[in-house]
Amino acid sequence: MSEHEYVPKSKAGKWFNDRLPLLTLGAHLTDYPTPKNLNYWWTFGGILTFCLITQIVTGIVLAMHYVAHADLAFASVEHIMRDVNYGWLIRYIHSNGASMFFLAVYIHIFRSLFYGSYKSPREVIWIIGLMIYLLMMAAAFMGYVLPWGQMSFWGATVITNLFSAIPLVGDSITTWLWGAYSVDNPTLNRFFSLHYLIPFLILGLVVLHIWALHVPGNNNPVGIDIKKPSKDTVPFHPYITIKDAFALLVFMIIFAGFVFFTPNVLGHSDNYIPANPLVTPAHIVPEWYLLPFYAILRSVPDKLGGVILMFGAIFILFVLPWLDTSKVRSAVFRPIYRQFYWIFVLDVLMLGYVGAMPAEGIYLVLARVGTIYYFAHFIIVMPVVGLLEKTDPIPMSISEPVLTGGAEPSLARKVNDKV
Amino acid sequence: MSKEEKKVNRRDFLFTASYTIGAVGVGAVIWPMIDQMNPDKAQQALATTEVDISSIEPGKSITVLWRGKPIFIKKRTSDEIAEARAVKLDDLPDPQKDEDRVKDGKDEWLVMLGVCTHLGCVPLKDKGDFNGWFCPCHGSHYDVSGRIRKGPAPTNMEIPKFEFVDSNTIKIG
Repeated sequence: MSEHEYVPKSKAGKWFNDRLPLLTLGAHLTDYPTPKNLNYWWTFGGILTFCLITQIVTGIVLAMHYVAHADLAFASVEHIMRDVNYGWLIRYIHSNGASMFFLAVYIHIFRSLFYGSYKSPREVIWIIGLMIYLLMMAAAFMGYVLPWGQMSFWGATVITNLFSAIPLVGDSITTWLWGAYSVDNPTLNRFFSLHYLIPFLILGLVVLHIWALHVPGNNNPVGIDIKKPSKDTVPFHPYITIKDAFALLVFMIIFAGFVFFTPNVLGHSDNYIPANPLVTPAHIVPEWYLLPFYAILRSVPDKLGGVILMFGAIFILFVLPWLDTSKVRSAVFRPIYRQFYWIFVLDVLMLGYVGAMPAEGIYLVLARVGTIYYFAHFIIVMPVVGLLEKTDPIPMSISEPVLTGGAEPSLARKVNDKV
Repeated sequence: MSKEEKKVNRRDFLFTASYTIGAVGVGAVIWPMIDQMNPDKAQQALATTEVDISSIEPGKSITVLWRGKPIFIKKRTSDEIAEARAVKLDDLPDPQKDEDRVKDGKDEWLVMLGVCTHLGCVPLKDKGDFNGWFCPCHGSHYDVSGRIRKGPAPTNMEIPKFEFVDSNTIKIG
């Protein structure tokens, strides 16, 4: 980065820093020049870091009491809830923490979509972020299997059976994933092992995510390139740290609200029934954060087609930086795209809703319309709107949005005040 | 660059040989790491089950567990058999004669894997539009022969390998 060379004040600090420049890294992180107009949608990176640490800490504690065996897992979770000191609290933080993690990551992703943070030169940050998102889904899915309730068992059965749709080798792959001829004790064991591993992979990717972020620096609500450091930037500490801390506090209040008042509202009551390989629950649903993809899966009347579209719905995000043809990053200056953006948000919410409903009648119709629109948004809207749209004038800098180019002052203020 | 350097020399040979041996070595280590996830000896040991079917009334079925999966054993009535055989093959997404799904001379006994071929749920009996099974997960309808008729499942419910040990006992697997 562009800061001048950092020299520790103390002799001991200098001695250490010459051998391992950790203090230089610390100085880089505190002085890191940040756009001064970042709004509260930008606080979710910090919130997500908090979520990851929370899941790791509570998870390590839960693993001290949990038993990964088909005959004992369910009872050991109840043991945690009833016998272990504060076990109920730690487990509820962990299970609700997963939901809060996804809530934050969806806001983070949709912020990126609105302000064009995935565009050049930030494609690698975006792609690493998506890899984190994929790992989060894997970790969450495997974590949900561990209590070995009915939803655990049948969720695991349905998700692992997705791989059986692969032509020729599908059944062998599924058997290999199970380590048995159905979801069984070997499956539970390996899921526990991987569930413990994945958060640390995520942690590694988070380091890369932030590293990649610190090369070009943050995008900002106006979406323009800024000089760093300059009148347009403030040091990360204390300006951003205090803003992040405040947002985190509000987030933690909501988090605590779930943990203490409605700890089971996001779960499914069937998961308090021990797993039974002979009976499938009448209505199986995944956790809320996977529902839009579940709706896409069910909207296709063909097994392989459904699986391909479901995975395609995630993987299409990886090429998003190249599907979006607009040179303008922020949707604030893109009047047409902005409208499609909100339609897309509604579309995903609708898919989430129908994903929780039975796959019949009007819900099936809505799921199909929603699925078609989901893909049309990326394959048609993104490239075409980017080419045809007449964008609003873009300010020259964050400090002087009105001096040149004739951008509306009200617009610039709106950006600064957003939320 | 002189032409001499482009000729294959001892060093090139050593590189190629090292890479080849290295690749074989890596493969030899990776394969056990992958194969350890396949079903182990204990899982494979559970590969057959014998079931007493003497108490099943016509029109009724039982469910037994085989290799962690449910097996439906249904004693069909002559009406049900007739119904299954009256279906035209053209109406089936996965055409298969009812005769090919049962043992010769034991037409009343339908023994099949009670696992929906879509995503592995257990279908409910005596439900659905075709007087057979209905999968609650994603809405697949099966007929009285366990053949897929409507819904996302791609194939008929699977018939496992089984045999009649005597008239009252079958061995699955």
